Amino acid sequence: MKSFTVSKAVTALMLAGLVLLPLYSQLSGNIFILTLFTRIVILALAAASLNLIMGFGGMMSFGHAAYLGIGGYAVGMLAQEGVGSGFIQFPVALAASATYALVIGALSLRTRGVYFIMITLAFAQMAYYVASGLARYGGDDGLTVYKRSDFSGLINLSNRTQFYYLCLACLFGVVFLIWRIANSRFGLVLQGLRSNEQRMQAIGFPSKRYQLVCFVISGMMCGLAGALLANNTDFVSPAVMYWTRSGDLMVMVILGGMGTLFGPVIGAVVYLLLEEFLSQLTEYWALIMGPMLLLIVLFGRGGIMGLLGRLNRG
Amino acid sequence: MLLVVEQFLNGLQFGLLLFLLAAGLTLVFGIMDLVNLAHGSLYMMGAYFAATFAAWTGSFLLGALLALGATLVLGIVLEMTALRHLYGRDHLDHVLATFGLILFFNEAVRLIWGPAGLALPLPAWLTVPVPILPGIHYPAYRLAIIVVALLVALLLYLGVMRTRIGMLIRAGASNREMIGALGINIKLLYTLVFGLGAALAGLAGLMQAPILTVQIGMGENILILAFVIIVIGGIGSIRGAFLAAIFVGMIDTLGRAFLPNLLRQVLSGAAASTAAPALSSMLIYLLMAIVLVVRPEGLFPANRR
Repeated sequence: MKSFTVSKAVTALMLAGLVLLPLYSQLSGNIFILTLFTRIVILALAAASLNLIMGFGGMMSFGHAAYLGIGGYAVGMLAQEGVGSGFIQFPVALAASATYALVIGALSLRTRGVYFIMITLAFAQMAYYVASGLARYGGDDGLTVYKRSDFSGLINLSNRTQFYYLCLACLFGVVFLIWRIANSRFGLVLQGLRSNEQRMQAIGFPSKRYQLVCFVISGMMCGLAGALLANNTDFVSPAVMYWTRSGDLMVMVILGGMGTLFGPVIGAVVYLLLEEFLSQLTEYWALIMGPMLLLIVLFGRGGIMGLLGRLNRG
Repeated sequence: MLLVVEQFLNGLQFGLLLFLLAAGLTLVFGIMDLVNLAHGSLYMMGAYFAATFAAWTGSFLLGALLALGATLVLGIVLEMTALRHLYGRDHLDHVLATFGLILFFNEAVRLIWGPAGLALPLPAWLTVPVPILPGIHYPAYRLAIIVVALLVALLLYLGVMRTRIGMLIRAGASNREMIGALGINIKLLYTLVFGLGAALAGLAGLMQAPILTVQIGMGENILILAFVIIVIGGIGSIRGAFLAAIFVGMIDTLGRAFLPNLLRQVLSGAAASTAAPALSSMLIYLLMAIVLVVRPEGLFPANRR
């Protein structure tokens, strides 16, 4: 195995950039870039969690944005009811995401392939409609979070830099966890299930149980991203769960490189920066983005990580 | 009684519309093994075309016919330029590529027609209430939708089951290499099937247009309902899609109409009015969950599996 590869160098460069970003923002006085990247880091966290089930588990979930909403609504609803402590809000967000993932996963995992894609999509859409029906918590209009989660002096989420580093720490923590999971016995079983489920069952692994646990872990990670996102925007609405958001997350994973550790992070950074850049260029940015996606699918096998890997060999 | 009959017919009408959408989706999936998220965009384009052509020609029927042809052509062009290259690829690739197409279509519509919705006014002869039972009237237009959709469903059934093209379509669904080897132009067949699916989606869109506003994103919510129908009915099965569509249309419509009152009898007024909207929008998904638990392959799985 080679010690130096292009993809490793690019990953290291990007991670260093993410860590040093607040410094740059401070020196240049550009606050916007910090706000933008806080959002990018949070969505990278969500994309990384999706990669756990898609890339390593082979489960193509098209409803991952539901957890963003569930995590967000857990924070928003508790804040509205007067529970401002992050020590309660975040565990509740994780528990709610885990419960949802357990139920949806148990139902969806009865199917595979396209059915799985459609069913996760439909259930996420159900969550969207349920949130739209919550008249007490803003319904369609969404819910303003007037006070960010309070960690009793430990960390101040209203401070931009501190909040950014909290999000970044969560992202690194989750990527580290995914790395550990992927290399554990549990992760190896999952990857075995991805390549040949029947054979794994024949060896004697209860495939559904492994996949369900993975599904729940991934859901909790994304729920964390949701709780952070609600704090970032001070607002949560059903739109966070809209199915195009799930599509965005999927695109980030594929764009960066499915089944690679840092691929989804790179994918999220590139996708969201591209979106930002194109939307400054023209109001009709999706007109360019849409066909671009088509071209990426047609010609860009393995995403950015795959491309960097080929660069290394060639 | 009046309300029950009316809502029953509304449910039937909505279900039949959903069938037109789901039929195209399931046909394309069953035969080309292609997951087409952009099917909802074709539905939207049907509605926009109809609104535009009706305004140009001044005639609703002429506008509808032109719009039907336009969506057919659009579908064929779409298949030949983009989707053809996706056959045989991973389903995930289909999802992403057609997701990109949705972004493109929504933005293109915004560019051409602007962000505000359009209206498609009905001609006077379609707005009169028609007596269906003694003392019960029903809007002529909704009745017309039911008749047209039933007719299309019948034609589709006869076309697939009784004609030569239909035979080729069924053969293509069960073994594409074999029918290619037998000298059938499979490329052309696929293009035709996709065009047919597009026209069905366009028909659903243009018929729905006078009832709802013609707006961006109108195809997406209904597309997800079509997915639910396909999952319930069994992927690739037109018969399954028909029954599931009627079922879903009924449950959705009747649930929204009667659930609030039913809940009010069990719960207190305030609790019922909060729970009812959320619960009635959940109904069909609950139905899907139940079907999945009982029959993961759908109620009427296509024969090949």
